[in-house]
Amino acid sequence: MERVLDPSVLPRRRDEGWSLGVAFAVMVAFFVVGPFVLYPVFLMKALCFALFACAFNLLIGYVGLISFGHALFFGWASYLTAYSAKTWGLPPEVAIGVGTATAAMLGVVAGGLAIRRQGIYFAMITLALSQMMYFFALQAKFTGGEDGIQGIPRGRLFGVFNLSNEMTMYVFVLVVVLAGFLLIYRIINSPFGEVLKAIRENEQRAVSLGYNTERYKLVAFVLSATLAGLAGSLNCLVFQLASLTDVHWTMSGDVVLMTLLGGLGTVFGPVVGAFLVIGMQNYLAPFGQWVLVIQGAIFVACVLLFRRGIVGEIARLLRVQL
Amino acid sequence: MFEIFGIPSQALFGQLLLGLINGSFYALLSLGLAVIFGMLNIINFAHGAQYMMGAFAAYLLLQHLGIGYWEALVVAPIMIGATGVLIERLLLQHLRKLDPLYGLLLTFGLALVIEGLFRNYYGSSGLPYQVPEALQGGSNLGFMFLPNYRAWVIVLSLAVCFATWFAIERTRLGSYLRAATENPVLVRAFGINVPRMVTLTYGFGVGLAALAGVMAAPIYNVSPQMGSDLIIVVFAVVVIGGMGSIMGAILTGFALGVVEGLTKVFYPEASNTVIFVIMAIVLLIRPAGLFGRGA
Repeated sequence: MERVLDPSVLPRRRDEGWSLGVAFAVMVAFFVVGPFVLYPVFLMKALCFALFACAFNLLIGYVGLISFGHALFFGWASYLTAYSAKTWGLPPEVAIGVGTATAAMLGVVAGGLAIRRQGIYFAMITLALSQMMYFFALQAKFTGGEDGIQGIPRGRLFGVFNLSNEMTMYVFVLVVVLAGFLLIYRIINSPFGEVLKAIRENEQRAVSLGYNTERYKLVAFVLSATLAGLAGSLNCLVFQLASLTDVHWTMSGDVVLMTLLGGLGTVFGPVVGAFLVIGMQNYLAPFGQWVLVIQGAIFVACVLLFRRGIVGEIARLLRVQL
Repeated sequence: MFEIFGIPSQALFGQLLLGLINGSFYALLSLGLAVIFGMLNIINFAHGAQYMMGAFAAYLLLQHLGIGYWEALVVAPIMIGATGVLIERLLLQHLRKLDPLYGLLLTFGLALVIEGLFRNYYGSSGLPYQVPEALQGGSNLGFMFLPNYRAWVIVLSLAVCFATWFAIERTRLGSYLRAATENPVLVRAFGINVPRMVTLTYGFGVGLAALAGVMAAPIYNVSPQMGSDLIIVVFAVVVIGGMGSIMGAILTGFALGVVEGLTKVFYPEASNTVIFVIMAIVLLIRPAGLFGRGA
């Protein structure tokens, strides 16, 4: 059976890593020039989703676990950040911390339940748990139900930087997202990451080598949930809004699409996928429901025609690691 | 009128009936998922969309061709089942040697395409569908009022579920099917056309979803998003029951519908989430599911 990932696009030797450095430089250059060419809010949204997709990719790309409920972490972190910034008046860095910590705790619970089953069941369980928390968000008082939490103050970062300035906010988002990106890269190239890949390739063998695979899977799940939460927290400060859209299953579907389109298990794929999907949603918005149709069609095309995703295909053509 | 646990009997039995109705749909849909999963090793994410297509097929047949409920009950599942056959031949067939996750992704994409198309043409507000004349009205049972149509849905769903169970567990064709689930290569060596069986199984599963859709049309409004929320609950039902057993899928479906109905009486706030909570508890106590066999 062909696995979710083709090992040929995965990192092989250290000396082949030069392509990663080049790609990273190109990416950073794009982000630096970006706000002078494109709308900063659009870029910030895409950056948040890039981090979200990278966090998701950590799980599907490197452990082989497909979660269909990552909106749970994104959305609930967003609610808690919004609530603590608006109602408790906490400064942005603390509010983001609260949101991210919430996502981590939810990750422990949801991950603990979901890793009890494998493969397809894992996907269904994560989806069901996130739907449960969607209903909870719909009914709970503090989430504002259908209205969501609006008018969240961005505040002053560390009491110094005024985030209501669009450029300051952009730099802040960029720094956090890049830090998250590098952290994920560090994780997948650590000894811990190697064990994750071993679990993906052959869980039984990893068990027989003495690894407690359940624990590794749980830690990976919690890391992924936490980073997804960080992305959600940032996103709600960018838009000053936390709403039901963020916890709905369509959001989980979006992040799967971003990662699949960019390339599962590639370093840069989720970033590219996030920019493409967010860009598409942005520019095709006037066409209403056709966006849904097009997104679905991209899913089908990716699965049938290019399972490596855009970045994965490029990496294969150029015979480099990306 | 009398009371049970301080709840008026009308309310209690009313919700119980609603629970059985929901349970009928859970059972039909999780049965279809289980049949498809057994043969194709795919979780059919488009199942909710195909249920919606069934309801729409009934609606459109009536609007444009004047074909009523009783004919639609047969025609709509065949039509939608035929689209299922096409989907299997054109798309799913190519995934046979791949990780099952790709099947999930592809059918998820299909669900988005289908839902998007219907929303485009019919908006997201519900369209009404009349209860057929023969089943209008209801009977007073003394302790509750039983609408005829709802009674019919429960009876029909039970009949279809058990017919499916019988066909798979007790007939010769069913034995081929079960054998092909266990070992398709060996069954093929005996001269049975397994790929055709796989195609027809998918068509049949999709047809079941469409049948549920036709049955649901007079109860809930016909709307493009009627399937997507339902299918997530059905996934939870499938996780609770485990997909190893046909009878397990049926029983779990009905039982969870009833539990959900009772929750509406005693603690309405939790009625949306109770099935998910049960899923979490089952995962803690019996990770393989109530009727599951490992994995």
